[in-house]
Amino acid sequence: MNEITESRKPPVATTGILGWLRMNLFSNWINSLISLFVLYILIQFVPWILNWTIFAADFKYNFNGEQIINREMCSRVLDPENGGACWAIIYVRFYQFMYGFYPRDEVWRVNLSYAMLVVAVVPLLFDKFPFRKHFLKFTYIFPIIAFFLLNGGFGLESVSTNKWGGLLVTLVLGCTGIALAFPLGIVLALGRRSNLPVISTMCTLFIEFIRGVPLITLLFFGMVMLPLFLPEGVNMDGLARVLVAVTLFQSAYMAEVIRGGLQAIPQGQYEAARSIGLSYWQMNMKVVLPQAIRISIPSIVNTSIGLFKDTTLVIIVGLLDLLGIGRGALADTTWLGLAYEVYFFVSLVFFIFTFAMSRYSLYLEKKLKTGINMGAD
Amino acid sequence: MKKLLSILAVSVFAFAANAGTLDDVKNRGFLKCGVTTGLAGFAAPDDSGEWAGLDADMCRAVAVAVFGDRSKVEFITTTGKSRFPTLASGEVDMLARNTTWTISRDVNLGFEFVGVNFYDGQGFMIPSSLGVSSATELDGATVCIQTGTTTELNLADFFRLNGISYEALPIETNDEGKENLFAGRCDVYTTDASGLSSTRAAAADPSKWLVLPEIISKEPLGPLVRHGDHQWGDVVRWSLNAMIIAEELGITSENVDASKGSNVPEVLRLLGVEGSYGEMLELAPDWAYQIIKQIGNYSESYEANVGPDTPLEIARGLNALWTQGGILYAPPFR
Repeated sequence: MNEITESRKPPVATTGILGWLRMNLFSNWINSLISLFVLYILIQFVPWILNWTIFAADFKYNFNGEQIINREMCSRVLDPENGGACWAIIYVRFYQFMYGFYPRDEVWRVNLSYAMLVVAVVPLLFDKFPFRKHFLKFTYIFPIIAFFLLNGGFGLESVSTNKWGGLLVTLVLGCTGIALAFPLGIVLALGRRSNLPVISTMCTLFIEFIRGVPLITLLFFGMVMLPLFLPEGVNMDGLARVLVAVTLFQSAYMAEVIRGGLQAIPQGQYEAARSIGLSYWQMNMKVVLPQAIRISIPSIVNTSIGLFKDTTLVIIVGLLDLLGIGRGALADTTWLGLAYEVYFFVSLVFFIFTFAMSRYSLYLEKKLKTGINMGAD
Repeated sequence: MKKLLSILAVSVFAFAANAGTLDDVKNRGFLKCGVTTGLAGFAAPDDSGEWAGLDADMCRAVAVAVFGDRSKVEFITTTGKSRFPTLASGEVDMLARNTTWTISRDVNLGFEFVGVNFYDGQGFMIPSSLGVSSATELDGATVCIQTGTTTELNLADFFRLNGISYEALPIETNDEGKENLFAGRCDVYTTDASGLSSTRAAAADPSKWLVLPEIISKEPLGPLVRHGDHQWGDVVRWSLNAMIIAEELGITSENVDASKGSNVPEVLRLLGVEGSYGEMLELAPDWAYQIIKQIGNYSESYEANVGPDTPLEIARGLNALWTQGGILYAPPFR
């Protein structure tokens, strides 16, 4: 009886599309009901949304073929029954959405900064990037270059931050906040766990105070209270004040996230590091932090996404970020009433950035296998 | 001791405030003017990123008076909450941010309102389907109301006075009020009548919305400066007055050059042909001529930004000249 029995194929009902459907969508009657309900919703809405945003929408010309220059020319105003979105408002004001009121002759500086941002960040994100070490040197000096490029100096015409706006402000706030808050957060987290009572009390007080108030309060404090404490005539730049508030806020949250990671590191790791003669900083830099940050990645990305979206709060203190520019567009009598288009566009831009961030964190988690049990490592 | 300290503090403050805004502005080379983050007809960026509106014109008029150049102004966006600290701290030289002139703002906050560039009043907007014809019938209604504004207080006063109740739905911006009203989350939207006009203009079908006849408050909106710097206050005040007087005298941006040859004494004084009014203000002799040439008179600015031919369709009403049934009135130019 040595003949090899031919392995039988799995039952038809568990393979192929049908099998997948049965396993995942129709495994029991509750699942089936939910699946049918979701399907119904999709059928109801997806064609309508696609039609409104793309097929029936105006981009530059309306259905008469005229170039749209005000709301009255939008197809959906001329023909409310059939007209879709009127993207002309975005098309006409695209410059403002991207750069705010940055002078047009100088806009190459913003574009160059955007391009350099990509060069600075991509090698940082992917460790297989060729010549990564050399690129990383650039990453360190990029903030300084970008500052002078955007702000002016060294022969470049100075562009006051009042003229910055749109995506530029959103990115400056988001990137600076996230980039500065990370090292600050690490220091605060280590400080809070320090054995020295003065340091740990100070760090704890700072973290708890900042976490205890909403971001908007900090923004108000930076925007409204700070100038009253400074002598008249001494003005800190508005954007800088907001940046300080945003960075402090984010660093407190980052500190708690990293502290969570630190607490997950077994005591044995510390003892082992100490026993081979590493100093406090060596122990943290080489043994503890790499592991702690690895566990914290999902939460770090989570708070970063939160911050990126929170930057829209700066409208309250009078800075025109992407959303603020959108609202400004809606206040122009030429375009009054195209709120759906503007908000849709702004959410789309935010979605692209936050979705990219969350995808990257998934990639990182997979690469570093953060799911494994650190204690048993 | 406490008294001494407060006197000291006040005198330090007064000293700082007296530093001469006009000189500061001249040295800086441009005017810093606080405007809204976007309010239809008053200040909003147009497609090319230029600020346009009645308030934006006010800022430009002052820039023209000082520099003779309408582009020498930097617009600084402020919100209802940030506008006063921004002005107090010297971050802006003036505010033209549809701000209501009230005693507490004028006296207690330490600002000086230099005039009125738009007489507004708080009104109510409802869907026509509500079947209400007067605000006194609004008992139990849900009202969308912008927080931190005088409208909030007026609303409470009005409803208390009429013995009717309401439920407030606090909102932050005009947009929010608009969307909430259109979505039916509130029955009534109340804000200044000019704001209601822009809300109505933005509706898909304006005829479905009704602005009630009651105007429950006086909202004189005007530019303001810091207390204590009268020279600068005068510059802003007379930049506004020059535009109003130009309308009274029938001088427009088109006929201003021809008007220089007029035989009306006040015209000649205004345009700097006679007298030394520019010198008194420490401005160029033709400062008012330049305002009219580059910005236009009050009527031109009004018609271009909020008038009946714009989507806002706000009739002149109270904002007509005193000779034409309104209350717009500027002191004589002599």
